[in-house]
Amino acid sequence: MTVPSSIQSTGPWAAGAMIAAIVLASTIGEVLTAAAMKSIGDLDEIRARSGMKGAIKAVVTCPLFFAGVTFLALAFFSLLFALNHLDLSLVAPASASLTLVTNAVAGKFFLHENVDRRRWASAVLVCIGVYLLAH
Amino acid sequence: MAHHRLSPHQWMILGLVSLCAPLGDTCLSRGMTRLPAITLAHPATLVAAVFTPWIAIGIALLIGFFASYLTALSWADLTFVLPATAFGNVIVALLSKFWLQEPISLERWAGIVLITIGVGFVAQGPAMTERPKMPAGAQSDRLVEEEQAR
Repeated sequence: MTVPSSIQSTGPWAAGAMIAAIVLASTIGEVLTAAAMKSIGDLDEIRARSGMKGAIKAVVTCPLFFAGVTFLALAFFSLLFALNHLDLSLVAPASASLTLVTNAVAGKFFLHENVDRRRWASAVLVCIGVYLLAH
Repeated sequence: MAHHRLSPHQWMILGLVSLCAPLGDTCLSRGMTRLPAITLAHPATLVAAVFTPWIAIGIALLIGFFASYLTALSWADLTFVLPATAFGNVIVALLSKFWLQEPISLERWAGIVLITIGVGFVAQGPAMTERPKMPAGAQSDRLVEEEQAR
């Protein structure tokens, strides 16, 4: 297997660290955002009760939501930084597919979601699929 | 509130999650490649790029994605919603094959099949983890116990 030229020039440890930074920041961001939305409750019901303004207010007054968005922004800038050093064909599929698996782990341990065998299998299949599709 | 089975409206929101993100990214990519190279020496050109049609449509679609993604997370698990976002890649690959007549390699067909099977697995199960709701009386009893323990 040939090593991509961008890894040869950056070094495998630096490339791994850049991808790990994207995966870590986006997993924390997704988990915090999901926790925020669960704490707010069903947005469709809030919108039916107090209109679109009420639903927007419920979201933007939740501190957890802003913590999540901060980490998602951090993930975005880590992605931009990595793209400056590595090929898109490596960074995009590697970070997207790894994030799916780390989110399944984080969903189980931090959000206490019922990640049964069906969801594990799905996370792994989608992870490999995204890699094959985007590579 | 349907936790286990989703209503048609909720499936529609998940469909928007899948569609809006890849279509928005495609619009951004199309808009940015048509612009001349932007350098950090002229950051104002980046702001001007926001008002070009393709990029404006891309941003509108990404705002639509984020709104529907947040709505979906309010009634479904993160591990249920994320495969739906990945399914958008399949839609874009198929659109590029049948609409733009781009060739799809065997590797990509394998990716499309794996994502479709993976999403099918999750979609058959419950959308949200059922959590037992504590009755009001039991909750206040527990609070009293916690107070006494301190």
